[in-house]
Amino acid sequence: MKKNRVIPVLLLKNGWLVQSREFSRHQNLGNPVDSVKRLSKWASDELIYLDISRDDIYDTRRDDQGYENIPSFLGIIEAVSKEVFMPMTVGGKIKNLHDIEKRLLLGADKVSINTEAFNNPNFIKDASKEFGSQCIVLSMDVKKTSSGDRVFKSFGQIDTGFSPLYWAKLMEDYGVGEILLNSIDRDGMGNGYDIELLNQISLECKCPIIACGGVGEWEHFKEAFDKTKVDSVAAANIFQYTDQSVFMAKKYLFNNNYNVRKPDLLKI
Amino acid sequence: MSQIEKVCILDYGSGNVGSIFNLLKYLEINSVVSNKKKDIQNSSHLILPGVGSFESAMKKITQNLPIEYIENEVVSKGKPFLGICIGMQVLAEYGLEFGKNNGLGWIKGSVIEIESGNQPLPHIGWNNVDFIQKPKLVSGLDKVNDFYFVNSYCFKLEENNNLIGETTYHEKFASIIGKDNILGVQFHPEKSQAAGQKLITNFLEYK
Repeated sequence: MKKNRVIPVLLLKNGWLVQSREFSRHQNLGNPVDSVKRLSKWASDELIYLDISRDDIYDTRRDDQGYENIPSFLGIIEAVSKEVFMPMTVGGKIKNLHDIEKRLLLGADKVSINTEAFNNPNFIKDASKEFGSQCIVLSMDVKKTSSGDRVFKSFGQIDTGFSPLYWAKLMEDYGVGEILLNSIDRDGMGNGYDIELLNQISLECKCPIIACGGVGEWEHFKEAFDKTKVDSVAAANIFQYTDQSVFMAKKYLFNNNYNVRKPDLLKI
Repeated sequence: MSQIEKVCILDYGSGNVGSIFNLLKYLEINSVVSNKKKDIQNSSHLILPGVGSFESAMKKITQNLPIEYIENEVVSKGKPFLGICIGMQVLAEYGLEFGKNNGLGWIKGSVIEIESGNQPLPHIGWNNVDFIQKPKLVSGLDKVNDFYFVNSYCFKLEENNNLIGETTYHEKFASIIGKDNILGVQFHPEKSQAAGQKLITNFLEYK
């Protein structure tokens, strides 16, 4: 039986791992490569790596702590893929087919596309034809407005005017293979997923939906599986707080008879 | 004289050769990414990776690989061969993704869309394999048999004795196939953590 995935999302800003709150405040959490090695060791199901830098400056600023300077987001991806043998989705600043190809060659399996899908919807068609739908993840940031739920672009700054369901269905027709569905209002709040939103999209779409935004305790994962049809649950901040977080999350779900991969610290 | 194990990862322009190369390096297995006859000849094992569609993979394979030479090495001379994902699917006689396209035809069967019922497609994520046969490719994998899949199509075998393992996603499909030295896996061992690493190590046991 296919398992539901538990997926840590790593946010990178200027070369550092950060945690995010409502898409605006970012706190430095340290070295991104070390963090990924940790997650791999605990048999995380997959990884999503998002570059949320607003410019192209990747610096260390903490060379004093003995970390090696990795000059670019792509350099970080390359370093990670040499040591981590699990599926990796990479997002941020992807604007053309060449950007996708570069990331795949460095070891990414999938790319997530957000803003460019609005700027040029045909890009999604071209990308899924060139690399296969399985490779193209739509990242979708949703915020509540006075006129209902709306999809936002450009790091959650600009209201596109599209309703989440309209956009998800349209992009599915254009060929996306998965949707990473994130709630801006819940980002970093720890008060649980936007269940209504997840439910709406996961009932209507054929492709797998990855829930994101708002997890503050393991029970929130359970709630998503109980109340919606999402295929996978993702979270960022909560996986960075404790040492064996992914293992603990999966153990919790496994022990409660949820359909996740057995939380072994694998060694065969 | 026994040959030192060396893997040739067949390079036909498939995007994901890097992941397999990285894994073999991590496992300290000597490997080369190449489409040259000399490298293929000097290797003890061949791996055909793949992502994307059947159609585009076959197009690139016929354009970029010395396929008659490889066929002679694998089918006639018995060099161990492992096809991964699309690299397994192209072993079929034909595939039906984006129209009917011929495959290599080394294992009898065709590639058809998965019947997923009301389950999402593509089939993405970790799923387990039930072993129908237990050749050395799957030794030691009884307890940890979840692998990472990404596929919308699957291999429909014509001969049951080529079925090594199957996976259920609404319906059952062949996830590990084999005919002597010619092996194929639908999932991605290079992304399947410890279980994938074990399977690759097992593959090197074929001589």
